[in-house]
Amino acid sequence: MAASKAASKYIEGSTGPWEIVIGMEVHAQVSSNAKLFSGASAEFGAEPNAHVSFVDAAMPGMLPVINRFCVEQAVRTGLGLKAKINLESVFDRKNYFYPDQPSGYQISQYKYPVVGEGEVMLDLAGGETVRVGIERLHLEQDAGKSLHDQSADYSFVDLNRAGVALMEIVTRPDMRSADEAAAFLRKLRAIVRYLGTCDGNMDEGSMRADVNVSVRRPGEGLGTRCEIKNVNSMRFVSHAVEFEARRQIDILEAGGTIRQETRQFDSRAGETRSMRSKEDAHDYRYFPDPDLLPLVLDQAWVTEIERSLPELPDAKKDRFMRDYGLSPYDAGVIVAERELADYFEALAADVEPKAAANWLNNEVLGRLNRDGRTIADSPVDAGANNRILKMMAAGTISGKIAKDVLDIIWSDGGDPEEIVKARGLTQVTDTSAIEKAVEAVIAANPAKVEEVKAKPKLAGWFVGQVMKATGGKANPQAVNAILKTRLGIPEEG
Amino acid sequence: MPLPANPAELTLADARDALRARAISSVELTRTFLSAIEGARGLNAFITETPERALAMAEDADARLANGDGRPLEGVPLAIKDLFCTRGVRTTAGSRILDNFVPPYESTVTQNLWNAGAVMLGKTNLDEFAMGSSNETSFYKSAINPWRAKGSNQDLVPGGSSGGSAAAVSAHLCLAATGTDTGGSIRQPAAVTGIVGLKPTYGRCSRWGIVAFASSLDQAGPMTRTVRDAAIMLQQMASVDAKDSTSVDVPVPDYEAGIDAGVKGLRIGIPKEYRIDGAPPEINALWAKGAEWLKAQGAEIVEVSLPHTKYALPAYYIVAPAEASSNLARYDGVRYGHRASNASDIIDLYEKSRAEGFGAEVQRRVLIGTYVLSAGYYDAYYTRAQKIRTLIAQDFARAFEQCDALLTPATPGPAFAIGEKSNDPVSMYLNDVFTVTVNLAGLPGISVPAGLTADGLPLGLQIIGKAFDEATVLRTGHAIEQAAGFTARPAMWWAS
Amino acid sequence: MSVDKDTVRRIAKLARIALEEERVEPMVQELNGILAWVEQLEEVDVEGVAPLTSVVAQKLKMRDDVVTDGGDADAVTANAPLGEDHFFVVPKVVE
Repeated sequence: MAASKAASKYIEGSTGPWEIVIGMEVHAQVSSNAKLFSGASAEFGAEPNAHVSFVDAAMPGMLPVINRFCVEQAVRTGLGLKAKINLESVFDRKNYFYPDQPSGYQISQYKYPVVGEGEVMLDLAGGETVRVGIERLHLEQDAGKSLHDQSADYSFVDLNRAGVALMEIVTRPDMRSADEAAAFLRKLRAIVRYLGTCDGNMDEGSMRADVNVSVRRPGEGLGTRCEIKNVNSMRFVSHAVEFEARRQIDILEAGGTIRQETRQFDSRAGETRSMRSKEDAHDYRYFPDPDLLPLVLDQAWVTEIERSLPELPDAKKDRFMRDYGLSPYDAGVIVAERELADYFEALAADVEPKAAANWLNNEVLGRLNRDGRTIADSPVDAGANNRILKMMAAGTISGKIAKDVLDIIWSDGGDPEEIVKARGLTQVTDTSAIEKAVEAVIAANPAKVEEVKAKPKLAGWFVGQVMKATGGKANPQAVNAILKTRLGIPEEG
Repeated sequence: MPLPANPAELTLADARDALRARAISSVELTRTFLSAIEGARGLNAFITETPERALAMAEDADARLANGDGRPLEGVPLAIKDLFCTRGVRTTAGSRILDNFVPPYESTVTQNLWNAGAVMLGKTNLDEFAMGSSNETSFYKSAINPWRAKGSNQDLVPGGSSGGSAAAVSAHLCLAATGTDTGGSIRQPAAVTGIVGLKPTYGRCSRWGIVAFASSLDQAGPMTRTVRDAAIMLQQMASVDAKDSTSVDVPVPDYEAGIDAGVKGLRIGIPKEYRIDGAPPEINALWAKGAEWLKAQGAEIVEVSLPHTKYALPAYYIVAPAEASSNLARYDGVRYGHRASNASDIIDLYEKSRAEGFGAEVQRRVLIGTYVLSAGYYDAYYTRAQKIRTLIAQDFARAFEQCDALLTPATPGPAFAIGEKSNDPVSMYLNDVFTVTVNLAGLPGISVPAGLTADGLPLGLQIIGKAFDEATVLRTGHAIEQAAGFTARPAMWWAS
Repeated sequence: MSVDKDTVRRIAKLARIALEEERVEPMVQELNGILAWVEQLEEVDVEGVAPLTSVVAQKLKMRDDVVTDGGDADAVTANAPLGEDHFFVVPKVVE
């Protein structure tokens, strides 16, 4: 079973199947007000060098002092990844020269990260579950930004991002397909957003992934990997992996070898390219930052943070399946975003959960997708939808009318009950009124009556006509029953 | 108290009292020193003189003194080692690479001094980035020791790296000066210029705003003509600083009040490993005399062992350059400081700016530091050196179970001639053989002038204390000072 | 351990210090002089000894997550050898 699942992920080359092996290093920006080691703002999008302290600009004699909140968020994220929290960790200097890196070193954690081994569970289409091991999470500084398109001869350096707190989350090479890579990133993003430790905004660079890709023959040892730097959207992750795996397979099948290197993904061309920098081989000369002491945490503080964790996607999914009877698929879709899950719980408060899930997935999300909106800025809140669903459940309005009511509120706003009342959309359940409409339709279509008697499956045409005649307000079950009696169609079964 | 004819003869303590008593004005005192500085330019003690700022500060001080709200150092003129960043005043670290750097901020230690009412006369000369024991690595040429050997016209080094501060205090160009000490850079120049130099416990003074050499070793401290003056200065320089993660929140006692307590009942350790081969006999003789002085005042002398002493200096020459190679990476010609012209690309810009901006000794240490941290060598050098630091710190911890403070020589010899050791790095490094252990263990140490060589050059004795026990260090240093009765003065050959 | 000319060239490159060819050999000599001298550390038995992490016996200080700094691009760029519109300007960096 497991073998067949793995085999289904193999890529067919011209000389046989290949397996892709993927590991990731994700940089997630801590949602903090100030930077990791300075009091300058960490906010995105300021004027050049406006969010820069003398510490960030590495002026002589400046010293780092750590932001407690950033440490707390790293611990919180570690707990959310079910990881070991290291009560003693060390900040090291990673030495290299670059205009974005004003001090000539990045303060990072090398040998002793604040968070150790953890895991993320992925739910894949088809009900398969994949565990992705987390090797570590550590805190480090972001670099500044160089602009290269302002002048032909010069680059312009802006240090606003320099020193912003990042969590680097490193996985084990546990992913085996582009879909799994994308699913991991989606899941990780959901977790940090649930935790509130990172806003997960990939457009603003709050979350970026370096993706390590290698290929191998099934059952063989790991191949030589290439690192694809700074992939900044879910979509690009799967494109980049697919392209890179194919590129490596082509080389290997042509008898070549893979050179371990850093590559970048060109999203327009849909391909990865070697980053042939003039840099000589890196030698980062890590050593403990003598301006800082080891980071020692109290277990009591860690426990306190653990107690304050929200319910996370996996637990929420289990609960939704258990308490609301949702399918794993529905539950998975709904818990992907905390806002969506909250919306669902408000929507499903006192109605049939499966109906609520369908309504949310088909009607609400369908309209949001169409309009390019997210659940957070949905024009119709969960409460209004809940009342629509309740009217539908009570038989006050039909399913079709319910959708119409949603459309009306979606574009014009308003109160569901009032709209139904004011526009006379209440479902007709009065049998005599429906019988009247049925009689009128039968009288007008004698030829059709004969056809239906021969072919009862065509009765649907009459249902449509009656619904049309009643402006969609007739109760469809009642219409069906009366038509069947009147046309002499036997009950099924 | 009668004022001396030349107010430059005052100690800081006496000047402070005279200022408070309004027997002299700060402007008057400041002018005295400004003119002494002008007359002593041959000593090359200052890189930047700040007479206008000094007089403006002195006027403010006089106004406060007139109102009776003078602060602890109100109106006291000081010289500042040019490693402390001073807002709006060029700060060079003795390097071409910072030749035109004007900090938009003030170091915590100097801010503390200005908050206490002190007056800045100027910025003193030093070895480039504090790397040196003779002041000869300064981009601005060496400061000159006010002392000369008997009957000689040979210029001598003032020690280093705080050589300019030492020369300025020794030649009475200021009441006191700030220094910094990474391996002996306060105590060694103090010893060879006949003044007092105190390196406090690591973490006692904030390092914020001091151009970093080796972060785990650097510490600011006072350079003065008396132990009392050192106590007064340290009182104001010390503070716990939220901007320095390594500054420590330990109460600052009243140092001046404690110096007269005497050494009766104190146990003073004599570490036998400080008796080194080849040291001039007068060094060991002075050391023995120091022990006698303390014993005569009621201290108990005990022999102790610091077995890893001989490894301190080589360990230091791994740790300090390693940290320096990283600390000095920020001098890249991008945001401030010297930038080479005609760089073809960014890497060329870095390489040329740094080659032009750093002198030979700094380059040597940056390269050594880069090497010992590089892949494949880190454990053999850096990790091993840090383990040896642990052993050295343990040596001291064990010694301090047997005694309250240690007495050692401050330097292996007196001031030497300019150029005498500058071609042999290792023999230059040996100047710090008695001082460097203290930095590696983060302890406080003071050098007190205690005698003269046969050639008439000053020598110092060092007192080493437990962490944050500067009080005992000062008190013991004061006892040495009183017993030594060091009153010798250099002839004012430089005065123009 | 000792260094040769290639090693000196490599570390000078890592340290971003231009070293003219005629200075390489003297630097080899100087560095080897120092390295030979520090070799005595190999005599010391460091088995089981933890490397010193800090001489200060205290916990790492932490600050609150409050913006207290920045907002002065003039001061940050005041010493820049070359700047424009509050940017630091360097020769074109090819990525």
